[in-house]
Amino acid sequence: MSMTILWTGMAACALLCGLATGRGEAVAAAAMEGAAGAVELAISMAGVLCLWSGVMEVMRRAGLADRLARALGPVLRLLFPQTAGDRQAMDAAAANISANLLGLGNAATPLGLEAARRMARRSPGVASDSLCMLVVCNTASIQLIPATVASVRSAAGSAAPFDILPAVWLASGLSVGVGVLACKVLARVWRD
Amino acid sequence: MELLLAMLVPGLMVGVAVYGAVRGVDVYAALVKGAGGGLETLARIVPALVALMTAVSMLRASGALELLAGGLAPVLEKVGLPPELLPLMLVRPVSGSAALGVGAELISAYGPDSRLGRMAAVMLGSTETTFYTVSVYFGAAGISRTRYAIPAALCADLTGFLAAAWAVRLFFPAA
Repeated sequence: MSMTILWTGMAACALLCGLATGRGEAVAAAAMEGAAGAVELAISMAGVLCLWSGVMEVMRRAGLADRLARALGPVLRLLFPQTAGDRQAMDAAAANISANLLGLGNAATPLGLEAARRMARRSPGVASDSLCMLVVCNTASIQLIPATVASVRSAAGSAAPFDILPAVWLASGLSVGVGVLACKVLARVWRD
Repeated sequence: MELLLAMLVPGLMVGVAVYGAVRGVDVYAALVKGAGGGLETLARIVPALVALMTAVSMLRASGALELLAGGLAPVLEKVGLPPELLPLMLVRPVSGSAALGVGAELISAYGPDSRLGRMAAVMLGSTETTFYTVSVYFGAAGISRTRYAIPAALCADLTGFLAAAWAVRLFFPAA
């Protein structure tokens, strides 16, 4: 529903503002150009997106996500101390986070939901500290190679579509760090 | 550094292929299968791209975007956020494909290698669709009392936006 409000608001605001400023015709033309531009963009980003999806499928079949999940074990015990005893929940959470790191979004969600269901068993209906942490880890982006964004940049004619990687890593790292910190602090002070 | 980054993607491709081949994976079949999956991903995002790129280019042509940016500029610029990217920051937590549509319009309009274009790209790459994720996870786990999950997630989003703008200034001081 919120997208309905946002989209309708944007379009109505553009129409009214365009009429008020005497740019009605430009708005009408922009609507057509925007729609046509979207499909052109989609076609020019298809190559990079397909190529990277192929590489990700090779990663998945080669078991890279499993190796990464094992390597992440110690970090996960720090993130989810209350769940450390539940082996299956920890394995699912580790697999979820490593799939997110590799950008395997389709694989990450079912694993994350499995971990969430197991974490919720101990406190039905109420989000435990572990579950809040798992959700925050999934609402912050930890993808190492943002391939979709790079394909948009490449389609728009960027000289080096992946030159934003260091900036993305820094921004993601800070964002996840603050999310984790917020969880750890709020876990202590939250009264419900 | 630049060469290293430029070689990262082809290097990863070859590295993953060799690793997969050594472990007995039919690398070529996986690559082709995955590339087909990429087309499905694309087909899923195209409708949202059309809807959002239409709306944002209308906003831009009408002058509303400049008006909004002008009005909010004093507040947003104080914290280092370019007001031109406000539509992206509003849509980002709500819908992933919609944010990609808004972001793509901004990247095309300002140029992918401009400061604003890079900031839009880094924002897209370093944040996630918070409200969607929260509702899917808590829905699946049958949680009605979400406690501090949403405030903590929004802290992470806000940090992501601020850090994206800051990181682009840090890594691309000239552009």
